[in-house]
Amino acid sequence: MARVKLFDLAYARSGDKGDGSNVGIIAYRPEGYEFLRRELTAERVKEHFREICLGAVDRYEAPNLLALNFILHDSLGGGGSESLKTDAQGKTHGLGLLMMEIEVPDDLPLGRA
Amino acid sequence: MPRRDKVLVANGQGFWGDSILGPVRLVREGPLHYLTLDYLAEVTMSIMQKLKSRDPAAGYATDFVRMVERVLPEAKAKGVRIIANAGGVNPQACREALAQVVKKLGVGGVRIAVVEGDDILADLPGLLAGGEALRNMDDGRELAEVLGRVSSANVYIGARPIVEALAQDADIVVTGRATDPSLVVAPLMHEFGWSFDDHDKLAAATVAGHIVECGAQCTGGNYVSWRDVPDMARIGYPVVEAAADGSFVVTKHEGTGGLVNVETVSSQLVYEMGDPRRYLTPDCVADFSSIRLEQEGPDRVRVSGIRGAAPTPTYKVSISYHDGYKAVGQLTIAGPDAVAKARLCAEIVFARAAMDGAVFAEEERLVELVGTNVCHAGIAAAPAEPAEVVLRIGAKGPDRKKIDRLGMEIVPLVTSGPPGVTGFAGGRPKATDIVSYWPALIAKEKVTTRVSVEEVK
Repeated sequence: MARVKLFDLAYARSGDKGDGSNVGIIAYRPEGYEFLRRELTAERVKEHFREICLGAVDRYEAPNLLALNFILHDSLGGGGSESLKTDAQGKTHGLGLLMMEIEVPDDLPLGRA
Repeated sequence: MPRRDKVLVANGQGFWGDSILGPVRLVREGPLHYLTLDYLAEVTMSIMQKLKSRDPAAGYATDFVRMVERVLPEAKAKGVRIIANAGGVNPQACREALAQVVKKLGVGGVRIAVVEGDDILADLPGLLAGGEALRNMDDGRELAEVLGRVSSANVYIGARPIVEALAQDADIVVTGRATDPSLVVAPLMHEFGWSFDDHDKLAAATVAGHIVECGAQCTGGNYVSWRDVPDMARIGYPVVEAAADGSFVVTKHEGTGGLVNVETVSSQLVYEMGDPRRYLTPDCVADFSSIRLEQEGPDRVRVSGIRGAAPTPTYKVSISYHDGYKAVGQLTIAGPDAVAKARLCAEIVFARAAMDGAVFAEEERLVELVGTNVCHAGIAAAPAEPAEVVLRIGAKGPDRKKIDRLGMEIVPLVTSGPPGVTGFAGGRPKATDIVSYWPALIAKEKVTTRVSVEEVK
Protein backbone atom coordinates (compact mmCIF):
# COMPACT_ATOMS: atom_id res chain seq x y z
CA MET A 1 0.00 0.00 0.00
CA ALA A 2 1.09 3.57 -0.68
CA ARG A 3 -0.18 6.78 0.90
CA VAL A 4 -1.18 9.41 -1.68
CA LYS A 5 -3.34 12.49 -1.91
CA LEU A 6 -6.53 12.41 -3.97
CA PHE A 7 -4.77 14.98 -6.20
CA ASP A 8 -2.86 11.98 -7.62
CA LEU A 9 -6.08 10.24 -8.63
CA ALA A 10 -8.57 12.93 -9.49
CA TYR A 11 -9.52 16.55 -10.08
CA ALA A 12 -12.51 18.44 -8.68
CA ARG A 13 -14.73 21.51 -8.66
CA SER A 14 -17.06 22.85 -5.99
CA GLY A 15 -19.71 25.52 -5.58
CA ASP A 16 -22.69 26.47 -3.46
CA LYS A 17 -26.07 24.79 -3.27
CA GLY A 18 -28.24 26.66 -0.78
CA ASP A 19 -26.54 26.48 2.61
CA GLY A 20 -24.48 23.51 1.45
CA SER A 21 -21.78 23.00 -1.11
CA ASN A 22 -21.48 20.57 -3.97
CA VAL A 23 -18.11 18.92 -4.53
CA GLY A 24 -17.69 17.02 -7.77
CA ILE A 25 -14.60 14.82 -7.94
CA ILE A 26 -13.53 13.20 -11.21
CA ALA A 27 -11.02 10.39 -11.55
CA TYR A 28 -8.28 10.58 -14.17
CA ARG A 29 -8.64 6.85 -14.96
CA PRO A 30 -11.36 4.18 -14.77
CA GLU A 31 -9.27 2.22 -12.21
CA GLY A 32 -9.09 5.32 -10.06
CA TYR A 33 -12.84 5.81 -10.36
CA GLU A 34 -13.52 2.22 -9.22
CA PHE A 35 -11.19 2.78 -6.26
CA LEU A 36 -12.90 6.06 -5.30
CA ARG A 37 -16.35 4.56 -5.74
CA ARG A 38 -15.36 1.88 -3.23
CA GLU A 39 -13.34 3.92 -0.75
CA LEU A 40 -14.59 7.50 -0.88
CA THR A 41 -17.79 7.04 1.08
CA ALA A 42 -20.06 9.83 2.27
CA GLU A 43 -18.94 9.04 5.84
CA ARG A 44 -15.28 9.46 4.93
CA VAL A 45 -15.96 12.80 3.24
CA LYS A 46 -17.99 13.97 6.23
CA GLU A 47 -15.07 13.10 8.56
CA HIS A 48 -12.63 14.92 6.26
CA PHE A 49 -14.76 18.10 6.34
CA ARG A 50 -15.76 17.74 10.01
CA GLU A 51 -14.76 21.33 10.87
CA ILE A 52 -16.52 22.76 7.80
CA CYS A 53 -19.58 20.60 7.12
CA LEU A 54 -22.02 20.60 10.04
CA GLY A 55 -24.76 18.63 8.28
CA ALA A 56 -25.09 15.36 6.41
CA VAL A 57 -23.18 14.39 3.27
CA ASP A 58 -25.01 12.92 0.25
CA ARG A 59 -23.18 11.06 -2.50
CA TYR A 60 -24.14 10.49 -6.15
CA GLU A 61 -22.35 8.49 -8.84
CA ALA A 62 -21.84 9.42 -12.49
CA PRO A 63 -19.68 6.58 -13.87
CA ASN A 64 -19.85 7.92 -17.44
CA LEU A 65 -17.92 10.99 -16.26
CA LEU A 66 -15.78 8.97 -13.78
CA ALA A 67 -17.31 11.34 -11.25
CA LEU A 68 -18.68 11.25 -7.74
CA ASN A 69 -20.76 14.17 -6.55
CA PHE A 70 -21.02 15.08 -2.88
CA ILE A 71 -23.48 17.48 -1.31
CA LEU A 72 -22.12 18.86 1.98
CA HIS A 73 -25.14 20.17 3.86
CA ASP A 74 -24.75 23.11 6.24
CA SER A 75 -21.18 23.90 5.28
CA LEU A 76 -21.32 27.60 4.36
CA GLY A 77 -22.22 29.36 7.60
CA GLY A 78 -25.78 29.96 6.43
CA GLY A 79 -25.05 30.40 2.74
CA GLY A 80 -26.11 33.15 0.37
CA SER A 81 -25.98 36.61 1.88
CA GLU A 82 -26.31 35.34 5.46
CA SER A 83 -22.83 33.84 5.66
CA LEU A 84 -19.99 35.83 7.18
CA LYS A 85 -17.35 33.31 6.13
CA THR A 86 -14.59 34.04 3.63
CA ASP A 87 -15.58 31.04 1.54
CA ALA A 88 -19.34 31.56 1.71
CA GLN A 89 -19.83 29.69 -1.56
CA GLY A 90 -17.69 26.62 -0.99
CA LYS A 91 -15.44 27.53 -3.91
CA THR A 92 -12.42 25.99 -2.15
CA HIS A 93 -14.05 22.74 -1.00
CA GLY A 94 -13.00 20.91 -4.17
CA LEU A 95 -9.31 21.53 -3.47
CA GLY A 96 -9.98 20.63 0.17
CA LEU A 97 -11.25 17.20 -0.84
CA LEU A 98 -8.29 16.62 -3.14
CA MET A 99 -5.98 17.19 -0.15
CA MET A 100 -7.33 14.03 1.50
CA GLU A 101 -4.65 11.42 2.11
CA ILE A 102 -5.60 7.85 1.36
CA GLU A 103 -3.96 4.41 1.22
CA VAL A 104 -3.97 2.94 -2.28
CA PRO A 105 -2.81 -0.47 -3.56
CA ASP A 106 0.71 -0.30 -5.00
CA ASP A 107 -0.54 -1.30 -8.46
CA LEU A 108 -3.20 1.41 -8.72
CA PRO A 109 -2.16 3.66 -11.63
CA LEU A 110 -1.90 7.32 -10.65
CA GLY A 111 -2.10 10.54 -12.68
CA ARG A 112 -3.49 10.85 -16.17
CA ALA A 113 -3.81 7.90 -18.52
CA MET B 1 -35.70 22.43 -42.41
CA PRO B 2 -32.89 23.66 -40.17
CA ARG B 3 -31.68 27.14 -41.08
CA ARG B 4 -28.04 26.11 -40.66
CA ASP B 5 -26.11 22.83 -40.34
CA LYS B 6 -24.22 24.09 -37.33
CA VAL B 7 -25.30 26.76 -34.91
CA LEU B 8 -22.73 28.68 -32.87
CA VAL B 9 -23.92 29.79 -29.44
CA ALA B 10 -21.59 31.45 -26.96
CA ASN B 11 -21.94 32.57 -23.37
CA GLY B 12 -20.15 35.79 -22.54
CA GLN B 13 -21.18 36.38 -18.95
CA GLY B 14 -21.27 33.91 -16.09
CA PHE B 15 -22.78 36.25 -13.50
CA TRP B 16 -23.39 39.95 -12.83
CA GLY B 17 -19.86 41.26 -12.35
CA ASP B 18 -18.11 39.02 -14.87
CA SER B 19 -15.60 40.70 -17.22
CA ILE B 20 -17.03 42.76 -20.08
CA LEU B 21 -14.10 41.52 -22.19
CA GLY B 22 -15.80 38.10 -22.47
CA PRO B 23 -18.75 39.18 -24.65
CA VAL B 24 -16.88 42.00 -26.41
CA ARG B 25 -14.19 39.60 -27.61
CA LEU B 26 -16.70 36.87 -28.51
CA VAL B 27 -18.34 39.24 -30.99
CA ARG B 28 -15.02 40.56 -32.28
CA GLU B 29 -12.71 37.54 -32.43
CA GLY B 30 -14.53 34.76 -34.25
CA PRO B 31 -17.64 33.41 -35.93
CA LEU B 32 -20.85 33.46 -33.88
CA HIS B 33 -24.61 33.27 -34.33
CA TYR B 34 -25.94 33.80 -30.81
CA LEU B 35 -24.42 35.54 -27.81
CA THR B 36 -26.06 34.57 -24.53
CA LEU B 37 -25.40 36.31 -21.21
CA ASP B 38 -26.35 35.27 -17.70
CA TYR B 39 -26.55 38.14 -15.22
CA LEU B 40 -28.67 36.72 -12.44
CA ALA B 41 -27.88 34.90 -9.22
CA GLU B 42 -30.22 34.09 -6.36
CA VAL B 43 -29.62 37.29 -4.43
CA THR B 44 -29.40 39.53 -7.50
CA MET B 45 -33.18 39.86 -7.91
CA SER B 46 -33.57 41.23 -4.40
CA ILE B 47 -30.85 43.83 -4.96
CA MET B 48 -32.60 44.83 -8.17
CA GLN B 49 -35.99 45.17 -6.42
CA LYS B 50 -34.35 47.49 -3.93
CA LEU B 51 -32.84 49.62 -6.70
CA LYS B 52 -36.22 49.73 -8.45
CA SER B 53 -38.02 50.84 -5.29
CA ARG B 54 -35.73 53.89 -5.16
CA ASP B 55 -35.80 54.58 -8.91
CA PRO B 56 -38.60 53.25 -11.17
CA ALA B 57 -36.16 53.24 -14.11
CA ALA B 58 -33.68 50.93 -12.32
CA GLY B 59 -33.71 47.23 -11.44
CA TYR B 60 -31.94 45.59 -14.39
CA ALA B 61 -28.30 44.74 -15.21
CA THR B 62 -26.86 48.06 -16.33
CA ASP B 63 -23.63 46.24 -17.31
CA PHE B 64 -25.59 44.65 -20.13
CA VAL B 65 -26.54 47.99 -21.67
CA ARG B 66 -22.90 49.15 -21.54
CA MET B 67 -21.83 45.88 -23.15
CA VAL B 68 -24.42 46.22 -25.94
CA GLU B 69 -23.21 49.75 -26.60
CA ARG B 70 -19.73 48.36 -27.26
CA VAL B 71 -20.69 45.43 -29.48
CA LEU B 72 -23.91 46.39 -31.24
CA PRO B 73 -22.57 47.77 -34.54
CA GLU B 74 -20.35 44.72 -35.06
CA ALA B 75 -22.98 42.27 -33.82
CA LYS B 76 -25.53 43.76 -36.19
CA ALA B 77 -23.10 43.61 -39.13
CA LYS B 78 -22.25 39.96 -38.40
CA GLY B 79 -25.84 38.96 -37.64
CA VAL B 80 -25.09 37.95 -34.05
CA ARG B 81 -28.32 37.84 -32.02
CA ILE B 82 -28.13 38.55 -28.30
CA ILE B 83 -30.11 36.78 -25.55
CA ALA B 84 -29.71 37.89 -21.94
CA ASN B 85 -31.57 37.57 -18.66
CA ALA B 86 -30.39 41.11 -17.96
CA GLY B 87 -33.91 42.46 -17.48
CA GLY B 88 -33.84 41.61 -13.79
CA VAL B 89 -37.03 42.92 -12.18
CA ASN B 90 -37.49 45.70 -14.74
CA PRO B 91 -37.06 44.34 -18.28
CA GLN B 92 -39.07 47.23 -19.78
CA ALA B 93 -36.64 49.76 -18.33
CA CYS B 94 -33.79 47.68 -19.74
CA ARG B 95 -35.48 47.76 -23.15
CA GLU B 96 -35.85 51.53 -22.91
CA ALA B 97 -32.14 51.94 -22.07
CA LEU B 98 -31.23 49.67 -25.00
CA ALA B 99 -33.46 51.72 -27.32
CA GLN B 100 -31.55 54.85 -26.29
CA VAL B 101 -28.28 53.09 -27.11
CA VAL B 102 -29.55 51.97 -30.52
CA LYS B 103 -30.61 55.54 -31.35
CA LYS B 104 -27.37 57.02 -30.06
CA LEU B 105 -25.26 54.62 -32.13
CA GLY B 106 -27.47 55.19 -35.18
CA VAL B 107 -27.41 51.50 -36.11
CA GLY B 108 -31.13 51.46 -36.84
CA GLY B 109 -33.58 48.64 -37.41
CA VAL B 110 -32.83 46.71 -34.21
CA ARG B 111 -35.67 44.51 -32.99
CA ILE B 112 -35.73 44.25 -29.20
CA ALA B 113 -37.88 41.62 -27.49
CA VAL B 114 -38.87 41.65 -23.85
CA VAL B 115 -39.93 38.50 -22.02
CA GLU B 116 -41.95 39.12 -18.86
CA GLY B 117 -44.15 37.23 -16.47
CA ASP B 118 -41.52 35.75 -14.17
CA ASP B 119 -41.93 38.46 -11.53
CA ILE B 120 -44.73 37.30 -9.21
CA LEU B 121 -43.93 39.54 -6.23
CA ALA B 122 -47.21 41.45 -6.54
CA ASP B 123 -49.19 38.21 -7.01
CA LEU B 124 -47.98 36.50 -3.82
CA PRO B 125 -50.90 37.45 -1.53
CA GLY B 126 -53.36 36.28 -4.20
CA LEU B 127 -51.46 33.04 -4.80
CA LEU B 128 -51.36 32.27 -1.07
CA ALA B 129 -55.07 33.10 -0.74
CA GLY B 130 -55.73 30.81 -3.70
CA GLY B 131 -54.15 27.85 -1.91
CA GLU B 132 -50.52 27.90 -3.15
CA ALA B 133 -48.41 27.38 0.00
CA LEU B 134 -45.09 28.15 -1.74
CA ARG B 135 -43.41 26.00 0.88
CA ASN B 136 -39.67 26.33 1.36
CA MET B 137 -38.17 23.38 -0.53
CA ASP B 138 -35.38 23.05 2.05
CA ASP B 139 -37.37 22.99 5.28
CA GLY B 140 -41.08 22.82 4.37
CA ARG B 141 -42.15 26.10 6.00
CA GLU B 142 -45.08 27.98 4.44
CA LEU B 143 -44.32 31.31 2.81
CA ALA B 144 -47.06 33.05 4.82
CA GLU B 145 -44.59 32.95 7.74
CA VAL B 146 -42.26 35.50 6.11
CA LEU B 147 -44.58 37.17 3.59
CA GLY B 148 -44.20 40.63 5.13
CA ARG B 149 -40.43 40.45 4.69
CA VAL B 150 -40.34 39.17 1.10
CA SER B 151 -38.32 41.42 -1.20
CA SER B 152 -38.49 39.55 -4.52
CA ALA B 153 -40.21 36.54 -6.07
CA ASN B 154 -39.31 35.31 -9.53
CA VAL B 155 -40.22 32.20 -11.44
CA TYR B 156 -37.39 30.41 -13.25
CA ILE B 157 -38.98 30.46 -16.70
CA GLY B 158 -37.86 28.33 -19.62
CA ALA B 159 -37.04 28.54 -23.31
CA ARG B 160 -40.60 28.83 -24.67
CA PRO B 161 -41.08 32.63 -24.59
CA ILE B 162 -37.51 33.16 -25.86
CA VAL B 163 -38.25 30.88 -28.83
CA GLU B 164 -41.35 33.00 -29.50
CA ALA B 165 -39.24 36.16 -29.43
CA LEU B 166 -36.71 34.68 -31.87
CA ALA B 167 -39.56 33.60 -34.18
CA GLN B 168 -40.57 37.26 -34.26
CA ASP B 169 -37.08 38.13 -35.56
CA ALA B 170 -35.77 39.72 -32.39
CA ASP B 171 -32.14 40.83 -32.61
CA ILE B 172 -31.91 41.25 -28.84
CA VAL B 173 -33.99 39.28 -26.33
CA VAL B 174 -34.14 40.63 -22.78
CA THR B 175 -35.72 38.44 -20.12
CA GLY B 176 -36.28 38.53 -16.40
CA ARG B 177 -35.44 35.36 -14.45
CA ALA B 178 -35.00 32.99 -17.38
CA THR B 179 -33.21 29.79 -16.33
CA ASP B 180 -29.56 29.96 -17.35
CA PRO B 181 -29.45 26.89 -19.66
CA SER B 182 -32.72 27.98 -21.34
CA LEU B 183 -30.83 30.91 -22.86
CA VAL B 184 -28.98 28.30 -24.94
CA VAL B 185 -31.91 25.88 -25.39
CA ALA B 186 -34.05 28.57 -27.05
CA PRO B 187 -31.83 29.47 -30.03
CA LEU B 188 -31.19 25.78 -30.79
CA MET B 189 -34.94 25.04 -30.74
CA HIS B 190 -35.52 28.03 -32.98
CA GLU B 191 -32.79 27.11 -35.46
CA PHE B 192 -33.45 23.37 -35.65
CA GLY B 193 -37.23 23.49 -35.30
CA TRP B 194 -37.21 21.13 -32.32
CA SER B 195 -40.48 20.68 -30.47
CA PHE B 196 -41.03 20.60 -26.73
CA ASP B 197 -41.54 16.82 -27.07
CA ASP B 198 -37.97 16.31 -28.32
CA HIS B 199 -36.84 15.60 -24.77
CA ASP B 200 -33.44 14.16 -25.71
CA LYS B 201 -32.57 17.18 -27.83
CA LEU B 202 -33.80 19.62 -25.22
CA ALA B 203 -31.74 17.75 -22.63
CA ALA B 204 -28.69 17.98 -24.91
CA ALA B 205 -29.17 21.72 -25.32
CA THR B 206 -29.69 22.01 -21.57
CA VAL B 207 -26.35 20.27 -20.96
CA ALA B 208 -24.73 22.64 -23.47
CA GLY B 209 -26.26 25.55 -21.58
CA HIS B 210 -25.06 24.16 -18.25
CA ILE B 211 -21.51 23.76 -19.55
CA VAL B 212 -21.25 27.35 -20.78
CA GLU B 213 -23.39 29.14 -18.17
CA CYS B 214 -20.43 30.10 -16.00
CA GLY B 215 -18.46 31.55 -18.90
CA ALA B 216 -14.75 30.78 -18.76
CA GLN B 217 -15.19 28.10 -16.08
CA CYS B 218 -15.32 25.52 -18.90
CA THR B 219 -12.42 26.98 -20.90
CA GLY B 220 -9.66 26.74 -18.31
CA GLY B 221 -10.89 29.01 -15.51
CA ASN B 222 -10.94 27.57 -11.97
CA TYR B 223 -9.26 24.41 -13.28
CA VAL B 224 -7.19 22.22 -10.95
CA SER B 225 -4.34 21.85 -13.49
CA TRP B 226 -4.07 25.63 -13.85
CA ARG B 227 -0.43 25.49 -14.92
CA ASP B 228 -1.55 23.78 -18.14
CA VAL B 229 -3.74 26.72 -19.16
CA PRO B 230 -2.05 28.96 -21.73
CA ASP B 231 -2.53 32.74 -21.78
CA MET B 232 -5.16 32.94 -19.02
CA ALA B 233 -5.31 36.73 -19.31
CA ARG B 234 -6.78 36.36 -22.78
CA ILE B 235 -8.97 33.40 -21.87
CA GLY B 236 -11.55 32.63 -24.56
CA TYR B 237 -15.19 32.36 -23.49
CA PRO B 238 -17.01 29.21 -24.56
CA VAL B 239 -18.68 28.61 -27.90
CA VAL B 240 -21.04 25.68 -28.50
CA GLU B 241 -21.11 24.33 -32.04
CA ALA B 242 -24.44 22.53 -32.14
CA ALA B 243 -25.88 20.11 -34.70
CA ALA B 244 -29.51 19.29 -35.46
CA ASP B 245 -29.21 15.77 -33.95
CA GLY B 246 -28.52 17.25 -30.51
CA SER B 247 -24.79 16.56 -30.45
CA PHE B 248 -22.46 19.48 -29.99
CA VAL B 249 -18.84 20.53 -29.62
CA VAL B 250 -17.61 22.80 -26.84
CA THR B 251 -14.86 25.05 -28.13
CA LYS B 252 -13.55 28.63 -28.08
CA HIS B 253 -12.42 31.04 -30.74
CA GLU B 254 -9.10 30.38 -32.44
CA GLY B 255 -6.20 32.39 -31.09
CA THR B 256 -7.77 33.03 -27.68
CA GLY B 257 -6.18 31.90 -24.43
CA GLY B 258 -7.49 29.17 -22.18
CA LEU B 259 -8.03 25.46 -22.69
CA VAL B 260 -10.95 23.22 -23.64
CA ASN B 261 -10.43 19.55 -22.86
CA VAL B 262 -12.40 16.67 -21.36
CA GLU B 263 -11.23 17.73 -17.90
CA THR B 264 -12.24 21.39 -18.16
CA VAL B 265 -15.67 20.36 -19.50
CA SER B 266 -16.16 17.58 -16.93
CA SER B 267 -15.24 20.00 -14.14
CA GLN B 268 -18.03 22.31 -15.21
CA LEU B 269 -20.50 19.45 -15.67
CA VAL B 270 -20.24 18.55 -11.99
CA TYR B 271 -20.44 22.19 -10.85
CA GLU B 272 -23.56 22.97 -8.80
CA MET B 273 -24.84 19.50 -9.61
CA GLY B 274 -27.25 17.55 -7.44
CA ASP B 275 -28.52 14.13 -8.59
CA PRO B 276 -26.81 13.62 -11.98
CA ARG B 277 -29.74 11.58 -13.29
CA ARG B 278 -32.28 14.30 -12.66
CA TYR B 279 -31.11 17.77 -13.65
CA LEU B 280 -34.37 19.72 -13.63
CA THR B 281 -35.15 22.74 -15.75
CA PRO B 282 -38.48 24.18 -16.94
CA ASP B 283 -37.75 22.65 -20.37
CA CYS B 284 -36.90 19.04 -19.52
CA VAL B 285 -35.25 16.62 -17.11
CA ALA B 286 -31.68 16.02 -18.32
CA ASP B 287 -29.84 12.80 -17.45
CA PHE B 288 -26.18 13.71 -16.91
CA SER B 289 -25.33 10.01 -16.53
CA SER B 290 -25.92 9.63 -20.30
CA ILE B 291 -23.35 12.22 -21.38
CA ARG B 292 -20.44 11.05 -23.56
CA LEU B 293 -17.36 13.26 -23.88
CA GLU B 294 -14.60 12.92 -26.43
CA GLN B 295 -11.59 15.09 -27.30
CA GLU B 296 -12.12 15.70 -30.99
CA GLY B 297 -9.20 18.03 -31.55
CA PRO B 298 -7.27 20.80 -29.80
CA ASP B 299 -9.71 22.86 -27.72
CA ARG B 300 -12.66 20.84 -29.07
CA VAL B 301 -14.71 18.45 -26.92
CA ARG B 302 -17.56 16.54 -28.54
CA VAL B 303 -20.60 15.94 -26.32
CA SER B 304 -23.19 13.34 -27.34
CA GLY B 305 -25.53 10.57 -26.25
CA ILE B 306 -27.64 12.73 -23.97
CA ARG B 307 -31.03 11.48 -22.88
CA GLY B 308 -33.84 13.49 -21.39
CA ALA B 309 -37.41 13.24 -20.18
CA ALA B 310 -40.46 15.45 -19.98
CA PRO B 311 -40.23 18.39 -17.59
CA THR B 312 -41.99 18.42 -14.24
CA PRO B 313 -45.39 20.19 -13.97
CA THR B 314 -43.94 22.88 -11.73
CA TYR B 315 -41.65 25.88 -12.04
CA LYS B 316 -39.09 26.67 -9.39
CA VAL B 317 -39.59 30.05 -7.75
CA SER B 318 -36.74 32.08 -6.32
CA ILE B 319 -38.02 34.14 -3.41
CA SER B 320 -35.86 36.37 -1.23
CA TYR B 321 -36.74 37.83 2.14
CA HIS B 322 -35.19 40.11 4.70
CA ASP B 323 -33.58 38.05 7.46
CA GLY B 324 -31.65 40.42 9.72
CA TYR B 325 -28.37 42.33 9.48
CA LYS B 326 -24.67 41.68 9.32
CA ALA B 327 -21.34 43.47 9.25
CA VAL B 328 -17.77 42.29 8.78
CA GLY B 329 -14.62 44.36 9.18
CA GLN B 330 -10.98 43.48 8.82
CA LEU B 331 -7.56 44.41 10.12
CA THR B 332 -4.10 43.13 9.34
CA ILE B 333 -2.02 41.98 12.30
CA ALA B 334 1.73 41.86 11.69
CA GLY B 335 4.08 39.51 13.53
CA PRO B 336 5.76 38.60 15.72
CA ASP B 337 3.00 36.65 17.49
CA ALA B 338 0.43 37.58 14.84
CA VAL B 339 -1.99 34.78 15.78
CA ALA B 340 -1.98 35.44 19.53
CA LYS B 341 -2.42 39.17 18.97
CA ALA B 342 -5.25 38.64 16.47
CA ARG B 343 -7.11 36.42 18.95
CA LEU B 344 -6.69 39.07 21.62
CA CYS B 345 -8.01 41.74 19.22
CA ALA B 346 -11.14 39.68 18.58
CA GLU B 347 -11.77 39.22 22.31
CA ILE B 348 -11.36 42.94 22.90
CA VAL B 349 -13.83 43.93 20.17
CA PHE B 350 -16.61 41.70 21.52
CA ALA B 351 -15.84 42.69 25.14
CA ARG B 352 -15.96 46.42 24.40
CA ALA B 353 -19.18 46.10 22.39
CA ALA B 354 -20.68 44.13 25.29
CA MET B 355 -19.77 46.95 27.72
CA ASP B 356 -22.20 49.08 25.73
CA GLY B 357 -24.90 46.41 25.66
CA ALA B 358 -24.09 44.85 22.27
CA VAL B 359 -23.81 41.20 23.29
CA PHE B 360 -23.62 38.45 20.68
CA ALA B 361 -24.22 34.73 20.99
CA GLU B 362 -21.44 32.46 19.77
CA GLU B 363 -23.33 31.49 16.60
CA GLU B 364 -23.84 35.17 15.70
CA ARG B 365 -20.11 35.92 15.78
CA LEU B 366 -17.42 35.64 13.17
CA VAL B 367 -13.73 35.53 13.97
CA GLU B 368 -11.50 34.42 11.11
CA LEU B 369 -7.73 34.60 11.00
CA VAL B 370 -7.02 34.57 7.29
CA GLY B 371 -3.60 33.01 6.83
CA THR B 372 -4.22 30.26 9.38
CA ASN B 373 -6.20 28.03 7.03
CA VAL B 374 -9.78 29.31 7.24
CA CYS B 375 -10.76 27.73 3.90
CA HIS B 376 -9.50 24.24 4.71
CA ALA B 377 -9.97 24.13 8.48
CA GLY B 378 -9.33 20.67 9.85
CA ILE B 379 -7.96 19.47 6.52
CA ALA B 380 -4.54 21.05 6.08
CA ALA B 381 -2.26 21.98 8.94
CA ALA B 382 -2.12 25.71 9.63
CA PRO B 383 1.33 27.31 9.68
CA ALA B 384 2.64 27.35 13.27
CA GLU B 385 3.58 31.02 13.17
CA PRO B 386 2.44 32.95 10.08
CA ALA B 387 4.33 36.18 9.43
CA GLU B 388 1.03 38.09 9.51
CA VAL B 389 -2.69 37.39 9.50
CA VAL B 390 -5.80 39.20 8.33
CA LEU B 391 -8.36 39.34 11.10
CA ARG B 392 -11.94 39.27 9.88
CA ILE B 393 -14.39 40.04 12.61
CA GLY B 394 -18.13 40.46 12.37
CA ALA B 395 -21.58 39.53 13.56
CA LYS B 396 -25.11 38.92 12.37
CA GLY B 397 -28.48 39.20 14.06
CA PRO B 398 -31.88 40.87 14.10
CA ASP B 399 -30.77 44.14 15.77
CA ARG B 400 -29.23 46.63 13.37
CA LYS B 401 -28.01 48.99 16.12
CA LYS B 402 -26.12 46.22 17.88
CA ILE B 403 -24.31 45.27 14.69
CA ASP B 404 -23.39 48.89 13.99
CA ARG B 405 -22.13 49.23 17.58
CA LEU B 406 -19.81 46.26 17.12
CA GLY B 407 -18.54 47.72 13.84
CA MET B 408 -17.40 50.86 15.71
CA GLU B 409 -15.02 48.87 17.94
CA ILE B 410 -12.81 47.41 15.20
CA VAL B 411 -10.72 50.40 14.07
CA PRO B 412 -9.95 51.66 17.63
CA LEU B 413 -7.74 48.59 18.10
CA VAL B 414 -5.04 50.34 16.07
CA THR B 415 -4.23 52.56 19.04
CA SER B 416 -5.79 50.68 21.95
CA GLY B 417 -4.82 47.07 21.21
CA PRO B 418 -1.60 45.09 20.81
CA PRO B 419 1.15 46.46 18.51
CA GLY B 420 1.30 45.84 14.78
CA VAL B 421 -2.39 46.35 13.98
CA THR B 422 -2.90 48.00 10.59
CA GLY B 423 -4.73 47.74 7.29
CA PHE B 424 -7.97 49.38 8.43
CA ALA B 425 -8.95 50.36 4.88
CA GLY B 426 -12.65 50.85 4.30
CA GLY B 427 -13.34 52.43 7.68
CA ARG B 428 -16.11 51.32 10.00
CA PRO B 429 -18.21 48.43 8.73
CA LYS B 430 -21.93 49.28 8.77
CA ALA B 431 -24.78 46.82 9.14
CA THR B 432 -26.15 45.60 5.81
CA ASP B 433 -29.27 43.57 5.09
CA ILE B 434 -29.18 39.81 5.13
CA VAL B 435 -31.36 38.62 2.29
CA SER B 436 -32.19 34.96 2.56
CA TYR B 437 -33.23 32.67 -0.22
CA TRP B 438 -36.55 30.81 -0.24
CA PRO B 439 -36.81 28.21 -3.00
CA ALA B 440 -40.35 27.02 -3.77
CA LEU B 441 -42.39 25.36 -6.49
CA ILE B 442 -45.44 26.64 -8.35
CA ALA B 443 -47.78 24.92 -10.78
CA LYS B 444 -46.89 25.94 -14.33
CA GLU B 445 -50.47 26.92 -15.20
CA LYS B 446 -50.36 29.65 -12.55
CA VAL B 447 -47.66 31.52 -14.48
CA THR B 448 -48.19 33.42 -17.73
CA THR B 449 -45.24 34.72 -19.70
CA ARG B 450 -45.54 37.59 -22.19
CA VAL B 451 -43.39 38.49 -25.19
CA SER B 452 -43.33 41.90 -26.81
CA VAL B 453 -41.11 42.86 -29.75
CA GLU B 454 -40.46 46.38 -30.91
CA GLU B 455 -38.22 47.65 -33.69
CA VAL B 456 -36.05 50.62 -32.80
CA LYS B 457 -35.34 52.71 -35.90
